[in-house]
Amino acid sequence: MRKILLASLFLLASATTFAGGYRVGLQGQRALAMGHTGVAYVNTAEIAFFNPAGLVYLENKLNVSAGGFGVFSSVAWQNESTGQFAKTDSPMGTPFYLYGSYALTEWMSAGLAVYTPYGSTVEWPTDWAGSHLVNNIELSAIFVQPLLSFKINDVMSIGGGPIFVTGNVNFNRNANRTLTDLEGNRSNITVDDSGVTNWGWSLGALFNVSDNFRIGAHYRSEIILESTEGTATFANFPNSPLTPSNGDTSFEASLPLPAELTVGLSYDFDKWVFNFDFTRTFWDVYTDLDIVFGNGRESINPRNYRNSSLYKFGMAYAPSEKFTLRAGYYFDQSPIRSGYFAPETPRNDANGFTAGLSFDISNSFAIDASFLYVRFKEINESYDYVDDGSSFGGTYKSSAFIPGIGVTYKM
Amino acid sequence: MKNYIKIVALSAVFLTACEAELDNPIEDGGVYTSGSVDFSNYVAVGNSLTSGYADGALYITGQQNSFPNILAGQFALVGGGEFTQPLMNDNLGGLVNGGTALPGFQNRFVLSVDGSGNPGPVRLEGSATTDITNILSGPFNNMGVPGAKSFHLVAPSYGNIANLPAANPYFVRFASSPNATVIADAVAQSPSFFSLWIGNNDILSYATSGGVGVDQKGNLNPASYGPNDITDPNVFASVYSQEVEALDGSATGGVLFNIPDVTSIPFFTTVPNNALVLTAEQAASLTGFFRAVSGIFIQGAIQQGVPATQAQALGAQYAITFSAGPNRFIIDVPVTQTNPLGFRQMTQNELLLLTINQAALRTQGYGSVALSPQVLQVLGKLQQQMQITPQEAGLVLAAVNGIDDKDSLDTAELTAIANAQTAYNATISNVAQARGLALVDARATLQQLANGGISYDAGTLTSTFATGGAFSLDGVHPTPRGYAYLANLAIDAINATYGSTVPKVNIGDYNTITASQAN
Repeated sequence: MRKILLASLFLLASATTFAGGYRVGLQGQRALAMGHTGVAYVNTAEIAFFNPAGLVYLENKLNVSAGGFGVFSSVAWQNESTGQFAKTDSPMGTPFYLYGSYALTEWMSAGLAVYTPYGSTVEWPTDWAGSHLVNNIELSAIFVQPLLSFKINDVMSIGGGPIFVTGNVNFNRNANRTLTDLEGNRSNITVDDSGVTNWGWSLGALFNVSDNFRIGAHYRSEIILESTEGTATFANFPNSPLTPSNGDTSFEASLPLPAELTVGLSYDFDKWVFNFDFTRTFWDVYTDLDIVFGNGRESINPRNYRNSSLYKFGMAYAPSEKFTLRAGYYFDQSPIRSGYFAPETPRNDANGFTAGLSFDISNSFAIDASFLYVRFKEINESYDYVDDGSSFGGTYKSSAFIPGIGVTYKM
Repeated sequence: MKNYIKIVALSAVFLTACEAELDNPIEDGGVYTSGSVDFSNYVAVGNSLTSGYADGALYITGQQNSFPNILAGQFALVGGGEFTQPLMNDNLGGLVNGGTALPGFQNRFVLSVDGSGNPGPVRLEGSATTDITNILSGPFNNMGVPGAKSFHLVAPSYGNIANLPAANPYFVRFASSPNATVIADAVAQSPSFFSLWIGNNDILSYATSGGVGVDQKGNLNPASYGPNDITDPNVFASVYSQEVEALDGSATGGVLFNIPDVTSIPFFTTVPNNALVLTAEQAASLTGFFRAVSGIFIQGAIQQGVPATQAQALGAQYAITFSAGPNRFIIDVPVTQTNPLGFRQMTQNELLLLTINQAALRTQGYGSVALSPQVLQVLGKLQQQMQITPQEAGLVLAAVNGIDDKDSLDTAELTAIANAQTAYNATISNVAQARGLALVDARATLQQLANGGISYDAGTLTSTFATGGAFSLDGVHPTPRGYAYLANLAIDAINATYGSTVPKVNIGDYNTITASQAN
């Protein structure tokens, strides 16, 4: 087991590796423990997220999976030409999920999925060297999705449903690199909005190639969160008609949650399961982060993301009836082009190493635990589109380690 | 329990281990080297330029952006220690003495927008709270004393409040004792590294007063100098060498700055000497006026018995001609035998001060002629070849409204300044060379700022008043960005001299002028 695991990890680790934008791939303990694979892996209600076409194949009438993660991430930055350095002090992120399915008939299941696939919490020291790009940002989005899954024939099933999204954003940064009030306090702007909603959908298909070999495909649509009801707070601007006034104003901005297409396969053999998923995320929708303020000011921030790929591998091994051990690996290509590396989502290519286990307390109840360590390469990058014509860059190094725990219930 | 402690300890280690860590973190030291210098105790000595003075005042945020404080921030990466400054009590900048405002030490300038929407420098209103009777307990690494001349640094009781106004109220605030000298207080800190930028005021106070002081060349007793005089170069050389020797005693290195040209400072370059813009009609009328002046002078001189040819030769200089477009202003000069009326047109290199009454230049004939109806009447008579009375002639001559000495620097004054400056800079350069100290050629830098500027990551830094970014609203002292640039120059000079690798700052991170309504 260990040999195989190491061998496959080494094989993959030699490739370039990645993580993308503000996508948070933590949608199930068992899936995460297996490299966040699952588009063709029919095991628990987690498949409600990975491929709702698989819900109809779940063995039990009622299936529930729920859990959460603690995301401990940090980013270190320094610029050797000036000697400046900073480290984020981001609070723990807590993505969660809740999936349930119910078999209505032999050929149809209904389900519900609640999950948090997008988010970002980055807290740099206030007024740090890159504070004109971000002091702190908190993005979160909760997806709620009712699902139906149909078995069309012995080979094929489909599933999907509409997605309701509600999102929050809080983003603070300084007005520019130098503006202060008379006392030297840096002028800054906070945009805050919550309950930004929109709709999307997802649709998947699953094929049984043989009794122990499945192939799946799943598409989740793009959803654009348009923020129009929020508040922008201008603070510490000097008392001058030459600069914006302090106080609250409205703002308009939109943030795309990009579409995602995953294809993959799952093969089980004796006590073993092997998964492979490939995900293409259509980040090219994220061209600009433009904020238009009610006071007539605007902030144009080119992002110019590119579509990115995610290669995920996972395996499971059940040494006994009660235990299942899992391990996985993924490499995640950053959607951020060189020269667009902004410190509000400072994520470059990443290697994710995952592991986990399940323990069946009873026939119907299991506890699942997982662990993800995301390893980023140190990178020299910059954001070259600061509105004063300057560039902000340096050496970045990110790290994240993410323990998670959840439960699986079936009846 | 034991196991529990182990688990807690292990998780703590684990959490720390999971923090992002760069391969070669600046934070842990080791990226930069200090060369042959010990930066642990840096002491900066000088005048306003060392103190962080800007916008016509010393105030906290200005001090925080003083070039020595910026330098100390970079030195911290190569073993530099804490850098203390005698911070003012507020961001207004004015001084008070026992509760009453100290005359001549006003609040800072801010860029304020007037009723018609025009931005301009205005003194910030508000009651200053920095009381010089409140003596700070030092010592302070930043020993910059605004207003100090070379010889003040070694003058006992320069910080003695009883000696005001001869004493310096800024030094009063932090002198270790009333009779301490600036240099002694600096040396007492046993600096491991020092900077010295002194000598600017030895010419600058003369220059900013429009040359109303005296060039004291040849007078070796600075105690007899007035506040606006030019220091004798030998006095400068003597005290300068003495000061550097004292500072260098304990130090492993130091950096000296030379004296920039006054002609590269916006205080002297903002108001052009040819801003007398005339229409063809106005030019003809003004030319006619001065022809009349010339005629009146010649006639008067002949009447007083001056031979006609001599009278005509002298009088010819007053028949100044003007043309449509920009013309140089008329300037008052001392009355001499060759210039008995005591005025002439400015020459190309002569300068006007930023503090000149620009409204008077535009609207009251300041720098040309103050034409009253009476004068116009006399001129009318002259045009019709009518006889005028001596009183009427006097009216015409009195209408000449030349620019006062205090508002301009004429050629003789500029020459006196340049001669002293050249001598000071020779001394500074020799001392730097003899002692192996780093030298910042501030003179060359300010010339560059005045002629095209210096580019940085978001534009070009120039010496253009208010908008150029390098100079604060007093037109003499740099902005934080200007000071940051000076700090970078010092770093270059230090690295080149001592083999250190201190990194430079990004001057784009530093502010320029502050916009604010004055009240």
